[in-house]
Amino acid sequence: MQPFTTLTAVAAPLDLPNVDTDRIIPARFLAKPRGAPGYARFLFHDVRFEADGAEQPEFVLNRAAYRGAKILVTAENFGCGSSREMAVWALEAWGIRAVIAPSLGDIFHQNCFKNGLLPVILPAAAAAGLRSQLHARPGATLTVDLEAQTLTAPDGARHRFEVDPFRKQMLLTGQDEVALTLGHEGAIAAFERRLASGAPWLVPQAGG
Amino acid sequence: MASAAPRTMFEKIWARHVVTEGPGGHVLLYVGRHLLHEGATGALGRLAAEGRRVRRPDLTFATADHFLPTAPGAVATDPEIVGMVDGLARHTGAQGIVYFGVGDPRRGIVHVIGPEQGLTLPGTTLVCGDSHTATHGAFGALAFGIGSTEVEHVLATQTLWQTKPRALRVAVEGRLGPGVTAKDVILALIARIGAAGGVGHAIEYAGSTIRAMSMDERMTVCNMSIEAGARTGMVAPDETTFAWLEGRPFAPRGEAWARALADWATVPSDPGARFDREVALAAGDVAPTVTWGTSPQDALPITGRVPDPAAAGDPARRASMARALAYMGLRPGTPLGEIAVDRVFIGSCTNSRLEDLRAAARVVRGRRAVVPAWVVPGSGLVKRAAEAEGLDRVFVEAGFEWREAGCSMCVGMNGETAREGERVASTSNRNFEGRQGKGARTHLVSPAMAAAAAVAGRFVDVRTLGG
Repeated sequence: MQPFTTLTAVAAPLDLPNVDTDRIIPARFLAKPRGAPGYARFLFHDVRFEADGAEQPEFVLNRAAYRGAKILVTAENFGCGSSREMAVWALEAWGIRAVIAPSLGDIFHQNCFKNGLLPVILPAAAAAGLRSQLHARPGATLTVDLEAQTLTAPDGARHRFEVDPFRKQMLLTGQDEVALTLGHEGAIAAFERRLASGAPWLVPQAGG
Repeated sequence: MASAAPRTMFEKIWARHVVTEGPGGHVLLYVGRHLLHEGATGALGRLAAEGRRVRRPDLTFATADHFLPTAPGAVATDPEIVGMVDGLARHTGAQGIVYFGVGDPRRGIVHVIGPEQGLTLPGTTLVCGDSHTATHGAFGALAFGIGSTEVEHVLATQTLWQTKPRALRVAVEGRLGPGVTAKDVILALIARIGAAGGVGHAIEYAGSTIRAMSMDERMTVCNMSIEAGARTGMVAPDETTFAWLEGRPFAPRGEAWARALADWATVPSDPGARFDREVALAAGDVAPTVTWGTSPQDALPITGRVPDPAAAGDPARRASMARALAYMGLRPGTPLGEIAVDRVFIGSCTNSRLEDLRAAARVVRGRRAVVPAWVVPGSGLVKRAAEAEGLDRVFVEAGFEWREAGCSMCVGMNGETAREGERVASTSNRNFEGRQGKGARTHLVSPAMAAAAAVAGRFVDVRTLGG
């Protein structure tokens, strides 16, 4: 996994609440392998492109000032709905490395951490304030410092954010989580022995 | 070992699955059941590429549902889809995982067949790479959806690193009126607390209304927890649960069944257990419900009208309502009962079980569908059971298509989609923009309301249809 430490980049504002993962990547692209050519094009496909494939000029990521954005500042419940991790893969393929929101869909939130994409939860007023600064100054940059847990707005204001210390460490180092967990092999095996004697009914005996 | 403080069902199940504690409140949580569908082929492939084995193939079960077509006799032809489905068969074979595959009558929607096969058990943890995994919470299991990387982690370790969500108790009290169903209850709840209302929470559904529900109904309620933002939702196991599970193919038998029952009796929340939040809903206030917008929270009684964005106080809400109405092609003030539908879909992990099909058939019997209408049973076994009761004849004689089991038009990833601008009365769970096809307009309803829309050609209050 790609580590995340600090990032100074153009941020794009997305004002709609409840942007679901179907909108982030429509279902018909889900059979495409990760990293397939043109994967970035699937991102927000049906709102980013017209039926003839031309760009929808109003969509924020199509506007010149935001084309190099690496940060999205969104409204409540971004990434709700389907568990499809391809939503994160599409954001990443396009170049997004951090998503800032008042709240995120729970599964999307976890999927971000697993792919080196930093999710930042800010109070709704602070997120709205950031979005209005980004609208007022298209192409303005934000700085996110994961180690310090701070975010610096275009107006210079510094916001502190909370992040799970375990997830923070994993992001900073880009560590393989499976390898980490397999380091607890002894504890898992001991748990399984307890389970086998305490709840033997859990393991299906018959072949159905 | 007696515990001092009363505990919630969630806390009990959580505590008994903690393998070890990690930093920052994380625990390594053991997974009792891992269900796979063809979307897991990628994770299985990555695992194999890393030379890792599936740790507990005996606790892992697979089926194919999302990407397969459901037209009778149809087979997948898209090479990427064929690759996923064949890959699932190959990997599960190599890893010794039971696979309910193509041609197996037990194949079906993963959240229908888990319970049907007796794989979903009270007091256990269950995960699946699908957001509607909370369906299994109807049995008093801690069940939640996970992403693809997490699927790989569970395959390799049978565990997940998790932090404890907050506890939300939803109490539904009273009797549901005629024509009012579990689907209407969950839509009314989501409308009440909002699509983000349950973010970061585990929901326990309680109260006399829930207690009186069948397992099929409880599954419908738990299924849509994610539409309220909650990754998991659950109902305390009781005699209804045990009676439903007994004798299922993979359920415990004999002495193991007796031991399991003794254990499951300890699972429900203790009296006086503390929840971080409580929401009360009166069953008598719930009416047959229809969604009008592009979020499941946009739900109203069928007797209502399309709301006016101008009446919303919050400018952001006003903008999102206006966008939803533009997408849906609806004008404020239109009575919901005057909206014409182009197509009806009865199916999905929310509403494709035998009781759902019976409820739809009761409305359809002796009438004719006036728009294209599909019935997609949740599993091969649901289909068989429905046919044994003659439900297929009722649907076919009324002009409905009777199809093979699968996710079909709920997910729109199997080629089964509505056309741009088409308005669909759907028993599924998501009315998102493009969910049922690019530009398709989805209205979420119960099976009875979907059947009523099919025969009326518009939304209609099922209570006024009679018969």
